[in-house]
Amino acid sequence: MNDLAHPPLTISMEGTGALLLDAAGAIFSETVQERIWSLAERLQAVPGIRETVPGMNNLMVVFDPLHLDPEVLEQRLHAEWQAPVTARAEGRLVDVPVTYGGRAGEDLFEFAEAKGMTAEEVVALHAGAVYRVAAVGAMPGFVYLSGLDPRLAAPRRAVPRMGVPKGSVIIGGSQAGIMPVTAPSGWHILGHTDLALFDESRDPPATFRPGDRIRFVPREVLS
Amino acid sequence: MIEILTTGLSNSVQDLGRFGHLDAGVGRSGAMDGQALRLANRLVGNEENAAGLEIAIFPFRLRFEADCRIAIAGADAPASLAGRDMPAFWAAAAKAGEELRVDPPLKGARVIIAFEGGIDVPVVLSSRSTDLKSGWGGFEGRGLKRGDRIPLHLPAKRTDWSHLPGGFGMDVSAWRSLAGESAVLRILPGAEWQAFGKEGQDLLTQSVWQLGPEANRQGYRLEGPALHPERRRELFSHGIMPGTVQVPPNGQPIIQLAEANTCGGYPKIAHVIEADLWRLAQLRPGDRLAFRPVTRREAIEALRAETDALAALAQEIRLLTRDYSHAFDGTHTLRPALLRASPDMQETSP
Repeated sequence: MNDLAHPPLTISMEGTGALLLDAAGAIFSETVQERIWSLAERLQAVPGIRETVPGMNNLMVVFDPLHLDPEVLEQRLHAEWQAPVTARAEGRLVDVPVTYGGRAGEDLFEFAEAKGMTAEEVVALHAGAVYRVAAVGAMPGFVYLSGLDPRLAAPRRAVPRMGVPKGSVIIGGSQAGIMPVTAPSGWHILGHTDLALFDESRDPPATFRPGDRIRFVPREVLS
Repeated sequence: MIEILTTGLSNSVQDLGRFGHLDAGVGRSGAMDGQALRLANRLVGNEENAAGLEIAIFPFRLRFEADCRIAIAGADAPASLAGRDMPAFWAAAAKAGEELRVDPPLKGARVIIAFEGGIDVPVVLSSRSTDLKSGWGGFEGRGLKRGDRIPLHLPAKRTDWSHLPGGFGMDVSAWRSLAGESAVLRILPGAEWQAFGKEGQDLLTQSVWQLGPEANRQGYRLEGPALHPERRRELFSHGIMPGTVQVPPNGQPIIQLAEANTCGGYPKIAHVIEADLWRLAQLRPGDRLAFRPVTRREAIEALRAETDALAALAQEIRLLTRDYSHAFDGTHTLRPALLRASPDMQETSP
């Protein structure tokens, strides 16, 4: 096995009833993430496991410690990690309409300037990629998207904003995202979408699942 | 139905929390002092998960529109029902029109009020808890306001209290003691425990920490010596649980709690064990706390002891209230002590 495809696996405690399986290397790996999704789905059938929570190249497993011995579970996780990735239905491809710049994306022009690009070039790169939903979490319905063009990667803002509006289309580090609710964030705001990412009256409540693919479709670039 | 007369907006409807949706970014919510909610629910004959009120802002007053058995638990707060003193961990029968008043706690921070039958609000994503941050669940997705009229479920069955005119209570000394201004929390090492080295680990476990002013249902910021990992590794976003002790770059730990984000990226030095989360719920800004490492085995046994004791308590309450609908097996090891009507309650009871 080569190290890039299979970085060293660590399993640590997350309190009395959860384990964190971490397979992250130096950079995010799509291959590792597919293994994470596959494992998360398989583990849901294991008696005593309550929840599986995929992160970015990691997986939190929540279990009932009174009925499932954490040491047994740990061994099982190591063994299952070696198992072949089970076939998984291809995620949906969803077009997300975006209004870029202006009031909708207040960082667009500053962001473009810092990159030595025009706003139109940034929009073209951002809307030119197909992203994958790597994980859903942090806030209800928030999507961690992989697939950002490396030329758009940017460190987070030095001072986070206290309220980034719901629907903001954002970039942080090498990740892209969409804000499902208005909340504090240090990511850059490029635009806005009206697509709702979460509805608590639905089950499942989140619009996207890990593995779904997203294309941003420019509706307008405001100045 | 109950009517809220005096409240603050961070008082809310809570059950034991929202399970099964962490992978959609939906946090736990639920009563911060889950043990108090479990005990209070048992005292009024409910299932442990019935929704009650979590009171963190005082004074709090409500009026009963119909007869209702209630119990209060959690912080040691002066409370009265229609002018009669109501001790903590006591169950009593309220009559239509009577008022319940809860004043600021002498010890502890949060009071739980349980109602026979439980609070009847819609189940949202398998829980009746209010998610205050997201604005849904509980009563209209928000904290309580004066004038709110909150519906209660009719109890499935009424147990026999005819021989308990002043209600009854429990001696909680075997369960819990409120440490006042200091608490010791048992911890398990987190994923980055080793990265903090012996120096960082000793600082965490041998220092006295103070709860800072930023302390709410999302989490607590601690004040004390700065902790810094010996080696810093960029962490990808990963799931986190209530009780996680994170160390952001400024070195001042944060304990993530009921309404924390479901994913985070700061190093995790430790995790407060599940059986001690209720202790955190009863701390106030300025209170001191210390951390004591335990083994995974000890953490699980603490949880098992609590679970067994709750089952034994439920049995004993069924016996006291002449509810013979469950088989009694008598296999439990911990015997909770139930108390009959206290003299001062009886004096004013009819």
